[in-house]
Amino acid sequence: MSTVNPVEPGKVATIDLASTSGRSVTRKTTLKPRQRVLRILNSGIVTLIVVILAVVWSVPTLGLLVSSFRPGDLVQNSGWWSGLTLPWRFTLDDYQQVLTAQGMGRSFLNSLIIAIPGTILPVLVAAFAAYAFAWMKFPGRDWIFIVIVGLLVVPIQITLIPILQLFTSVNLTGSYLAIWLAHTAYGLPFSVYLLRNFFGELPADLFESAHIDGASHTRIFFRLVLPLSVPALASLIIFQFMWVWNDLLVALVVLGGNPASTPMTVTIANMVNSTTSNSNFQVLASAAFVSAILPLIIFFALQRYFVRGILAGSVKG
Amino acid sequence: MALTTTQQRLPSRGKGKKSTEFDNNKLFAWIWIAPAAIFALIFLVYPTVQTIIWSFQNGDSTKFVGLKNYATIFTSSNLLEVLKNNIFWLFLATAGTVILGLIIAVLADRVRAESVLKATIFIPMALSFVAASVIWGFVYAYQPPGQTQIGLLNAIVTAFGGQPQGWLSDSPGNDIALMVIYVWMWTGFCMVILSAALKGVPTEILEAARCDGAGEIRIFLRIIVPMISPTILVVTTTMVINVLKIFDVVYTLTGGNFHTNVVAMEFYNQLFNNGLGNFGLGSALAVLLLLAIIPVMIVNVRRFRAQEARR
Repeated sequence: MSTVNPVEPGKVATIDLASTSGRSVTRKTTLKPRQRVLRILNSGIVTLIVVILAVVWSVPTLGLLVSSFRPGDLVQNSGWWSGLTLPWRFTLDDYQQVLTAQGMGRSFLNSLIIAIPGTILPVLVAAFAAYAFAWMKFPGRDWIFIVIVGLLVVPIQITLIPILQLFTSVNLTGSYLAIWLAHTAYGLPFSVYLLRNFFGELPADLFESAHIDGASHTRIFFRLVLPLSVPALASLIIFQFMWVWNDLLVALVVLGGNPASTPMTVTIANMVNSTTSNSNFQVLASAAFVSAILPLIIFFALQRYFVRGILAGSVKG
Repeated sequence: MALTTTQQRLPSRGKGKKSTEFDNNKLFAWIWIAPAAIFALIFLVYPTVQTIIWSFQNGDSTKFVGLKNYATIFTSSNLLEVLKNNIFWLFLATAGTVILGLIIAVLADRVRAESVLKATIFIPMALSFVAASVIWGFVYAYQPPGQTQIGLLNAIVTAFGGQPQGWLSDSPGNDIALMVIYVWMWTGFCMVILSAALKGVPTEILEAARCDGAGEIRIFLRIIVPMISPTILVVTTTMVINVLKIFDVVYTLTGGNFHTNVVAMEFYNQLFNNGLGNFGLGSALAVLLLLAIIPVMIVNVRRFRAQEARR
């Protein structure tokens, strides 16, 4: 029997990708000329639709990007698209204002302080549980799993007041610990669901040989399951990070009005609400973009894992 | 702890079933799920039970009032409007994200710049709702007629000689305006997951259908959709849950004014912006969300059991 070898499973995991990416190449159907013309016409239409969709989807973001670099008076008095015509008048003032004067720098830091443990904790806790659900047998296993997955559909709003009271009774309200715990709990059902699916998909043979070789569950989990699940873990980390980073509701409730620990979403929302006229519009543009940059960087950096992870977790429906 | 199994169970593989189960200390398994279970109990199960109890009590939770809060919801015209808006959201926003996501996933499958298209559609997903709200502020901004329109939509409308519209203030169109933002954000999520499922549809089947003369639309409806239906269910469920809880877009763009209020927004108002607040009414609203979700949960639990049985 083979020993546990982390390299070997890696091969198993990549086979899917290789075979799916080559699928359009393997077409070898013979077509009549008329069919061929139709197909070319079709692909032309498809390309056109795709380009239109991509443009429509990008225009709002582009507007924000352009606005964030324009001087305030221009943002208030003319459309962002007119800023694209010469002469250009771009400025970094708004970014400077956002990052310094409005306390946004502090909020950015707060968002990081909240989001990093708020991502690692739930993924870790969920990974342990998901492994047990997938590869251990114990009484009530399915029942407990169903309850936890069922909790995926509990509206967060339902939990807010009891949680707030609980935190208040132990003096945690407004603290980072409170929001870390809250995000861990809220991220848990989805994380367990996704990871259990992925862990369950791992080849049973690997576990058999590992066990026959005398590997413990702990060893299998850290040496076999986690390395094999890097794509799933990476995608989950991106999801969870985005959710925590973009969260407004939990932060509003759990952190209360504590200005020292408010994340960027709350700060920006406050700016929007306090703006009745368009006086702060251009500042909002910069602020929103600053808040969006980090999730975008993470998304682009891990995009391939992201797609892969989803593939692994969801395809076998 | 000696956790290694001394027993060697021979792989009893039959019909490709994964049948590996290891005998081990039952207590040990509980240790693995304990953290998750504790978090779930404290943060999800307990509050759910507590909220249900509160929903039968008065504003400051001092005495039971039976179904009074629910009666209030279903008799107050304001709150009925909130429910109506949520139902609109539930159907339109869910359908919008899932259908568009599916169409784009299928289209992306056929173009060379697949990853570019996917990234473009996915970018809004990486933005916060708040950032998205600001972005769409630049699309929907309204200035009185005669002044320069700085909102893209009104600029287009006035360029063609029309009157500027208050996209976010004129009911009922403003609900749609908010849903467009949501669809813009979440279609990418649906697209990526559905696209992954699409990769699992064997090319041979599609080619065979094409050789038999089936049109692309027919192939899409009769082959692709049925084959990825489990994933469509997963995506739809996620969207239903999301939409029922819709809060951020409404909160930042209209604050629930101009007849755009939704349950989660009203819930928030009842608990935090209403003077002393009305726990009873707020909780009843939350319980309604939970009730609305139960049928979805049943469908999913069934699917999960079927999946387990196949394993």
